[in-house]
Amino acid sequence: MTDKPNVLKVQDVTVQFGGVVAVNNLNLEINKNEIIGLIGPNGAGKTTAFNAITGVYAPTNGAIYLNGELLSSNFPDKKMQGIYAGENLGKYNVRLAPTPDIITRKGIARTFQNIRLFKNLTVFDNVLIAKHMTVKANPFSATFMLNREEERRIRQESMDLLEMLGLADVKNDISTSLPYGKQRHLEIARALATKPQLLLLDEPAAGMNPQESDELMHFVARIRDDFDLSILMIEHHMQVVMGICSRIYVLDYGITIASGNPKEIQNNPKVIEAYLGVDE
Amino acid sequence: MVLKKSTKAILTTVLVVAALVLLYMLDNGVIGSSYTVRIVRLSFIYALIGVSMNLVNGFTGLFSLGQAGFMAIGAYTVGVLTIPVDLRPNVYYLKPMAEGLANVEVPFGVALLLGGIFAAVFAALIGAPVLRLKSDYLAIATLGFSEIIRAIIANDQLAPITNGSLGIKSVPGFTSIFVPVAISVAGIAIMALLIKSSYGRAFKAIREDEIAAEAMGINLFKHKELSFTVSAFFAAIGGGLLAAHLTAVDSNQFKIMVTFEILLIIVLGGMGSITGTCIAAFAITAGKEWLRFFDAPFFIGAWQVPLFRPGLRMVIFSLLLMAIVLFYRRGLMGTKEFSWDGIFNFFHRLQDEIRRRLKKPAREVQ
Repeated sequence: MTDKPNVLKVQDVTVQFGGVVAVNNLNLEINKNEIIGLIGPNGAGKTTAFNAITGVYAPTNGAIYLNGELLSSNFPDKKMQGIYAGENLGKYNVRLAPTPDIITRKGIARTFQNIRLFKNLTVFDNVLIAKHMTVKANPFSATFMLNREEERRIRQESMDLLEMLGLADVKNDISTSLPYGKQRHLEIARALATKPQLLLLDEPAAGMNPQESDELMHFVARIRDDFDLSILMIEHHMQVVMGICSRIYVLDYGITIASGNPKEIQNNPKVIEAYLGVDE
Repeated sequence: MVLKKSTKAILTTVLVVAALVLLYMLDNGVIGSSYTVRIVRLSFIYALIGVSMNLVNGFTGLFSLGQAGFMAIGAYTVGVLTIPVDLRPNVYYLKPMAEGLANVEVPFGVALLLGGIFAAVFAALIGAPVLRLKSDYLAIATLGFSEIIRAIIANDQLAPITNGSLGIKSVPGFTSIFVPVAISVAGIAIMALLIKSSYGRAFKAIREDEIAAEAMGINLFKHKELSFTVSAFFAAIGGGLLAAHLTAVDSNQFKIMVTFEILLIIVLGGMGSITGTCIAAFAITAGKEWLRFFDAPFFIGAWQVPLFRPGLRMVIFSLLLMAIVLFYRRGLMGTKEFSWDGIFNFFHRLQDEIRRRLKKPAREVQ
């Protein structure tokens, strides 16, 4: 490993809702241009981990670093301390809870498990909206079209993006009229429009047949190269995960039960137990 | 079918010129009566207020019911500041006007702008706590604030400024129909441009999916606040125009019912359609007047038709509304805007439909 900081470093992150520990002491590192898998049975806390990274929830305890810089950090408050069931109590004493929009601006983009497109808007507008955060014009000059140059730039960039991802021919279609697979592509395109360094994909192959998920696998590998990305993906299709992830983390009941390269994971008895149950 | 750009430009020019000529003829009494002039003026003002409410409700997806309060701020600012100084003792006959204000008389335009700014500042202040609420809760909170504004204005302690519950009379009216029309059209145009801009797209994103919008780097609070403030500004401008239109202001004019009337306009026109709102503003304002026919006793020969008495108008009006809402569930225009292509396509579809129906029996014979 180089001495360059990890693109993302999740350190001792615990997310607890009331008495339920959704994610317990998660430690996760992503290096540049890596594709990392996050797997685990239903309810293991994978999406909660995503939400903690992207600022939807603040972690209850722990810290997250982006490129070596503190992104968010938290520790249990007085009310939480009494029922806190995680570890490392007292290790963290900084509260920093940026909202999702700030985290996106810092370079982490995501997709959602149940596709969340801007439903009644066109494919082009969906991508164009993601470019809004790069608009420097204030509302006044934007209203009176004093930022034509900027508007032209974001339109051009959005168009280029759609062309690269093979969505240019449907750019004027309403986003929800697209077939399912294309909607997934559009959601990824929209995330890419924010020019992220790290892309979080929440079950990108959900509901796809083997051929489609195979295509998606190549697609993800391609955007990693084309956009110089690091990718963290939650996925249930083992074929996809084992095919493109260089390392995999396995969660079960919020606890990281294993991590390592695909081969190690496949042969890990704990993982087999979590997925298939114990041999009686 | 898509029309040529030049054809569309010609059609639009013809429409605008025709509208201007009609307005000019109305203004000079060539056609219509002063009654017609009043309806047209009111329709334009309601169109402006409707679009301002649609900006928040239809485009940003926030269920806000505070429009009447912002209208009241605009109306009172215009009322208080534009009454001719020599008429003021007659208006403020119970309690004299506050010393500092008694001799302040500003031109209509300045008062209108001030009213807008007051409302915008007020909206920005209440927006901070209120806009964190969602859907029905936001509606209740904004409704509450709107009533608070009305109660404060009617408060006796503010009588030296607002004349309390007596209201304000002798507000100078419009010199020409073009004053309210030009201001309304300009206001609607500015909001349309805002909606077309990148910020407008962000508003729509918030309407479609807040969580996704935030994940795309859109600061929810900042954009909601912007939409809310701009909406309040133009609602107050509309309120100010209303004051001059009626030449009187009374806090009772700005009860919740006014907000619902505007809500009716935007629901009927289509949440998220500017042109729909304008069409509905005219249809509702004019429609309510034309239906007055039902309020008067009606005779066929010597037989007086039952039900024709004051009040029937609103029954018919409500029935018509129900029918429209039943057949056009998303309002007349939905989220679409008026376009010449749309009109021509509509007639083409109609033509095809008629042809298909006419042909059908022949096919069955085969």
